[in-house]
Amino acid sequence: MGIFDFLRKGPQNTASLAKNRLTILIQEERDRSGRGAPDYLPLLRRELLEVIRKFVNVDANAVDVKTHKDGDHDVLELSIALPDKATGGA
Amino acid sequence: MTENIVVTSGKGGVGKTTTSASIAVGLAKRGKKVAVIDFDVGLRNLDLIMGCERRVVYDFVNVIHNECALKQALIKDKRFENLYVLAASQTRDKDALTQDGVQRVLEELAAEEFDFVICDSPAGIEKGAFLAMYFADRAIVVVNPEVSSVRDSDRILGLLSSKTKRAEAGNGKVQEHLLLTRYNPARVATGDMMSIGDVEEILGIKVVGVIPESEGVLAASNSGVPVILDDTSNAGQAYEDAVARILGDEREMRFTEAPKKGFFQRVFGG
Ligand SMILES: Nc1ncnc2c1ncn2[C@@H]1O[C@H](COP(=O)(O)OP(=O)(O)O)[C@@H](O)[C@H]1O
Ligand SMILES: [Mg+2]
Repeated sequence: MGIFDFLRKGPQNTASLAKNRLTILIQEERDRSGRGAPDYLPLLRRELLEVIRKFVNVDANAVDVKTHKDGDHDVLELSIALPDKATGGA
Repeated sequence: MTENIVVTSGKGGVGKTTTSASIAVGLAKRGKKVAVIDFDVGLRNLDLIMGCERRVVYDFVNVIHNECALKQALIKDKRFENLYVLAASQTRDKDALTQDGVQRVLEELAAEEFDFVICDSPAGIEKGAFLAMYFADRAIVVVNPEVSSVRDSDRILGLLSSKTKRAEAGNGKVQEHLLLTRYNPARVATGDMMSIGDVEEILGIKVVGVIPESEGVLAASNSGVPVILDDTSNAGQAYEDAVARILGDEREMRFTEAPKKGFFQRVFGG
């Protein structure tokens, strides 16, 4: 870079701007399309629901299964919403 | 075993056809039996880049509609006897390609013991691009260090892992190769262009090669000689390296650093 560069340079380092914008956008687009999620998730969700229903009478949409990244690890996250008063199974 | 390789990108004008021609020639140079197919129905161009535009009699759509035999439509390259080009049709009928038709052509090529079939995809994510990737064993995703190209290639990577025959059958995914083209190390050095590492990090995949922005590419397309055959050009040598890596060799990256500037250039710019 020459000493006269400041005369013709616009805003500095637009590449890092591009990188930051893309990192955010692509993460959002991947999440929205459910991409990167293992394809066994829907089946896993259905079977978990069946098992849980043997013990607790939960809603059909009470089980939520997703994956996300935590640093270098992939984390499988299960959340199961119990009814207000957990009742015994059938 | 015939391997189908799709060259794809989402965005247009990033270098798919340039890449398809050079990869096909590079593989043929190594003795592989190769066919390269132009899937860009309505916008035939691969024939020009390969330098065989005067010899197109029948095209891909003629074969699919049984208007000729595959053998009649395959144009034998003048430089390599084990290299064949299948031109795109100039028809404006977007539905000229059918999934069954494409499958039949690929099966016939497999029966003829081709080692590689290179499918040069049209831009976009419509039918032509879908059919070019559907039967792929591997994909070369061509990307430029530029925001819209990187975003589109992420979409394409998503489609490769869901909308291909391999993905649907669940028998091993399409092997993905990211090829970064039109790279300008000098602009990367000044912070005006995303670097190799930036693109790899955003997309979460390593590059298989980096093709510099090069004047040799225009000269090559002017003369109908794929740039990989110009061993004086940086782009040609970088394609040569990429072919070697695709075949499993290890090669150092070249032409990815800006040339060191002399004292006067450093002081006065340039
Ligand atoms: N490495 C490169 N250096 C300079 N120009 C290039 C390079 N790669 C491609 N081009 C040019 O970019 C334009 C688009 O290339 P092309 O291969 O036709 O892209 P696509 O098939 O993706 O539309 C052409 O004019 C081509 O000569
Ligand atoms: Mg093209």
